[in-house]
Amino acid sequence: MSTAVFAPRSDSRNKQRSNFELYGWMFMRVSGIILVFLVLGHLFIMNILDGGVQRINFAFVAGRWASPFWQVWDLSMLWLALLHGGNGMRTIINDYAERDQTRFWLKMLLYVSTTFIIVLGTLVIFTFDASIG
Amino acid sequence: MSVETPGFSLRATPIGTLYRGGEGMWTWVLHRITGVSLFFFLFVHVLDTALVRVSPAAYDEIIATYKTPIVNLLEVGLVGAVLFHAFNGIRIILIDFWAKGPRYQRQMTWGIAAVWLLIMIPGFYFMTIHTIDALFGSTS
Repeated sequence: MSTAVFAPRSDSRNKQRSNFELYGWMFMRVSGIILVFLVLGHLFIMNILDGGVQRINFAFVAGRWASPFWQVWDLSMLWLALLHGGNGMRTIINDYAERDQTRFWLKMLLYVSTTFIIVLGTLVIFTFDASIG
Repeated sequence: MSVETPGFSLRATPIGTLYRGGEGMWTWVLHRITGVSLFFFLFVHVLDTALVRVSPAAYDEIIATYKTPIVNLLEVGLVGAVLFHAFNGIRIILIDFWAKGPRYQRQMTWGIAAVWLLIMIPGFYFMTIHTIDALFGSTS
């Protein structure tokens, strides 16, 4: 790990300044509060209410996604949870992967796979077809 | 816990720190472990749900695994992990933004434990009643 110490007020030091980590810190808290409601509501309906997981099948999903309310619910949950989780994983990689190369490639893997899952999930919600098959 | 030495005592949790030793540290560790576990589950869950775009049969088949006894038990663990992560997240926000948050962080930790148990006990019952019935029930 290389640690560069720049002279105070030098250009290199100022160039590195950005509020990205501050916004990330704030995003974790804001998305976290929203996710408490979205995820706990989702878990309560899917796992506890009215027979829980035993009653879930294709028809059940089709019934829910017929309503824009649950489409928006699930889409918000998908995006917020993956960005929240992705940023958490980024923090953990930064903390524990000490070699520059390892850190770089782990984060690339994280960004590519997270983007893939967000795009896939979004496409599934928007292109869902109850009359398939 | 304290270590007694002649004249003064060393606290296991030094005054003025939140994340070194004691409740503050262990909730931090648990927050990371539950967070990483939930992130990996999320990947799997989006992938299995994506099967609704393949065929109803493919989706029903994968969802059937969620209804088996062992996976059903894992779901209880999932709900437990989410509940802890959610409540501890609120605790972190209160420590950061509420003036008295740092002072009450320990009480909040035990509050989380109490509320967690209060939800998990009936939650366990409602989540596993079908499985328990199928495995041990004599009437159904």
